[in-house]
Amino acid sequence: MSSTIINEVRRGFYLDSVALMRFSRAIASLDGIEEAALMMASPSNRQIMADAGLLDATSDGAEGGDLIIGIRAVNAEAAETARAEANLLLDTPTGAQGEGQSWRPKSLRAAVKARPDANLALISVAGDFAAAEARKALRRGLHVMMFSDNVSIADELALKREAQSLGLLVMGPDCGTAIINGTPLAFANKVTDGDIGVIGASGTGTQEITCLISQGGGGISHAIGVGGRDLKDEIGGITTLMALDALDADPKTRHIVLISKPPAAAVAARVVERIAASQKTFTVCFIGAESWQLPDNASLALSLKAAAEQALGGRALFADFQAGALAQPAPAAKVRGLFSGGTLCAEVQTLFKAAGEQVMSNAAIPGVLDLAAPADAHKIIDLGSDEYTQGRPHPMIDPSVRDQALQDAIKDKSVGVILLDVVIGYGAHNDPAGHLVDSLGTALAGDTLIIASVTGTDADPQNRRGQITKLQAAGILVAPCNADATVLALACIRLNR
Amino acid sequence: MQLIENANQEAVTRMLSADPVLIDVIPASEAIPALKDHMILHAGPPVAWADMCGPMQGAIAGIAVFEGWASDLEDAAAKAATGAFDFHPNHHFDAVGPMTGMTTLSQPLMVVENRTYKNRAYCALNEGLGKVMRFGGNDASVLARLAWLRDSFGPAVGRALRSGDGIPLKHLIARGLTMGDEMHQRNVACSGLLLRELAPALARTADDNDELAKALAFIGGNDQFFLNVAMAMGKSIMDPVRNIHGSSIVTAMCRNGTDFGIRVSGTGDTWFTAPVEMPEGLYFPGFTEADANPDMGDSTIVETIGLGGFAMGASPAVAGFVGAGAASEAGNFTRTMSEIAAGENPEWTIPAMDYLGVPTGIDIRLVLETGLAPTINTGIAHREPGVGQVGAGVVRAPMKCFEGALIALAESVGVK
Repeated sequence: MSSTIINEVRRGFYLDSVALMRFSRAIASLDGIEEAALMMASPSNRQIMADAGLLDATSDGAEGGDLIIGIRAVNAEAAETARAEANLLLDTPTGAQGEGQSWRPKSLRAAVKARPDANLALISVAGDFAAAEARKALRRGLHVMMFSDNVSIADELALKREAQSLGLLVMGPDCGTAIINGTPLAFANKVTDGDIGVIGASGTGTQEITCLISQGGGGISHAIGVGGRDLKDEIGGITTLMALDALDADPKTRHIVLISKPPAAAVAARVVERIAASQKTFTVCFIGAESWQLPDNASLALSLKAAAEQALGGRALFADFQAGALAQPAPAAKVRGLFSGGTLCAEVQTLFKAAGEQVMSNAAIPGVLDLAAPADAHKIIDLGSDEYTQGRPHPMIDPSVRDQALQDAIKDKSVGVILLDVVIGYGAHNDPAGHLVDSLGTALAGDTLIIASVTGTDADPQNRRGQITKLQAAGILVAPCNADATVLALACIRLNR
Repeated sequence: MQLIENANQEAVTRMLSADPVLIDVIPASEAIPALKDHMILHAGPPVAWADMCGPMQGAIAGIAVFEGWASDLEDAAAKAATGAFDFHPNHHFDAVGPMTGMTTLSQPLMVVENRTYKNRAYCALNEGLGKVMRFGGNDASVLARLAWLRDSFGPAVGRALRSGDGIPLKHLIARGLTMGDEMHQRNVACSGLLLRELAPALARTADDNDELAKALAFIGGNDQFFLNVAMAMGKSIMDPVRNIHGSSIVTAMCRNGTDFGIRVSGTGDTWFTAPVEMPEGLYFPGFTEADANPDMGDSTIVETIGLGGFAMGASPAVAGFVGAGAASEAGNFTRTMSEIAAGENPEWTIPAMDYLGVPTGIDIRLVLETGLAPTINTGIAHREPGVGQVGAGVVRAPMKCFEGALIALAESVGVK
């Protein structure tokens, strides 16, 4: 069977050679096509087409400014189909046909060049590389937020000392949350702008406090994260003290909230001394600490909610929430807390302890039993701690980390109440309430009471109101904040007694 | 660290202060006195006959016949195999050559003088498209064209250039970038601009109107004529950058069809080599990637000075050789190459990228830190000798060259 050759000459038609080579490839790959090319009829191109057996007499008169369509096909039908396709390609302006992917810098150096006004680097690489990247950022004059964890304490100290000498802040490592000049960084919420500054050694604690302040009509100037180890002896509170200096000097900040686990005594002394030297007022929440010696311009808050209320000048939050009215008798005596937020988990322990309930936790605050202890107590679990997240995403990103624990709690006949947090905002799962409802499924019709609160704001991408509605529609009892959810859980188990 | 920063600053300063001028075309024997009988200069780092790829061997056979060192191609190949010819890289003799890069005694070489640093660099004349020696072509038509370049065209262009003060190249490149050239795969604008400068002098110094017409038509009919000028220019710009103690700036990148080689300023004349990679590209009708020879030529000197793949944003169509090939994303190639360059060239800018200067001075530290290898725009030769060009595309420099160079550089500044 002999081949069919078709030539078509388009006089005075120019197209770029690379574009024509791409068209040639497309036409040559059609069914029944042996070879095909679209080329400008320059002498060298004509030679290439002749060598490829693509020319017939039709193109004899074609000159440099003409386009030749040359097709060699198994039969006339295939050749004509290809010719039509070739003409369609030539006559259809394609516009943007790529993915339209815009350029993203791959190195810190290029990013700084692209945004010379930027003054902060958010580092979220694997822990082994985080310190090196942080050092590069500092040497380019950038403040650093290290979202990365698994950074050694020696590296942390070295970085913070270098940053201190340069007048730069190192937030972290393992710093989950910050809001700088209204810009939420990592896990953070869209809160109202205002005059309250927050310094937090914890991510969800900062999220809960900034959201509660925002809901209570106040606003945030900056929320500075320091990392969970900053107030340990080894680090000595370098970042916390620098953050205190910064917010003290910031004319926009009127009141400062400091939130952390109870710090090492020597470090606490330095922090308290720095607070005493300030003209501004402070709220201190050393979560788990029931008393602390503080100067006159500072007051201690036991819970995140209490801290927010103090920061708002003593305004009571959610005064119309009546736990008693909402409470139902729990079918069994124990509460099982399943938390994605570590500080939210700690706040619950604090409040249970204050209410005289015996609690145990995998992330126990002072005075709370370890989970392994042989005791019959409420179990309040931090699902964001290492034993649950090794090789898995954090439950705030992937709420399915909580699924198995939920099923276990439902099956446990000693559990009358399951107490949960739902954390939204930037960085978090796009619909944690929806996931929770789906995951509970038929269990929602069972006896176990499920109580939750949503940490976030209505301005967050997930919308707090919408998340609450989803939970309520599924029969979940929703309290306005984590502390109130705890009070509600306590009310329910007391109705059981 | 500061030593390296200062050294690189000096390197970039030397690059940006270069003043390359095309001044002459003269026989290789005059240009390179060290070039002897039976010596053949080739593209890329050093390579032995047995390790050469098909087109390189084909070109060597052809050039040996052309020089009268062998009676025919078979004879030439046999002689080459028994060591009758001395092979050396162009780079060792102030020269560069595209693809196979053949340079021998009788060939006419363009002379580019870097007037700031008083050094000269050489490159043969571009033979045009189709079957040509640089792609391994070696039949009678190829040798006849080389003879015409030697006997008529080369001397004519030499006379024309000597009648004036030479043609400064920096501003020509600047204009070419605004007109869609990146000076590796696209040289149509600069070829035209050069012809405009050259034509009156060619006419004034011509003694035969027919030969003059032929010369003008030869330049006018060859979109890539300027490539070899750009290469000699690149060499003249980079040679004064060699041997700056501590500098991590690449002074040459080249390929011989077997190995890719780089030189780095702080490590002097040492080659750091690795096997060449295969280009990704588009092919002429009748050919596929199965026909393609691995990457080849000294033309990567163009990328070394921030043009070619580094200036892709100036030639959006060239982005079509790779992947989805959206022309609108050509600038991303240039921005990405900025990540491995020490600076930008304020005189060579790309209008469509808001006059971004082309990335200047490849820093091997940045190559290794970012994992971004230099992007190279290239032609693709057939893997068999004697066939010629089969396509064009884009290729990456092998990372291993940069790793070797970095270790040597570290040792040169006392880091163990």
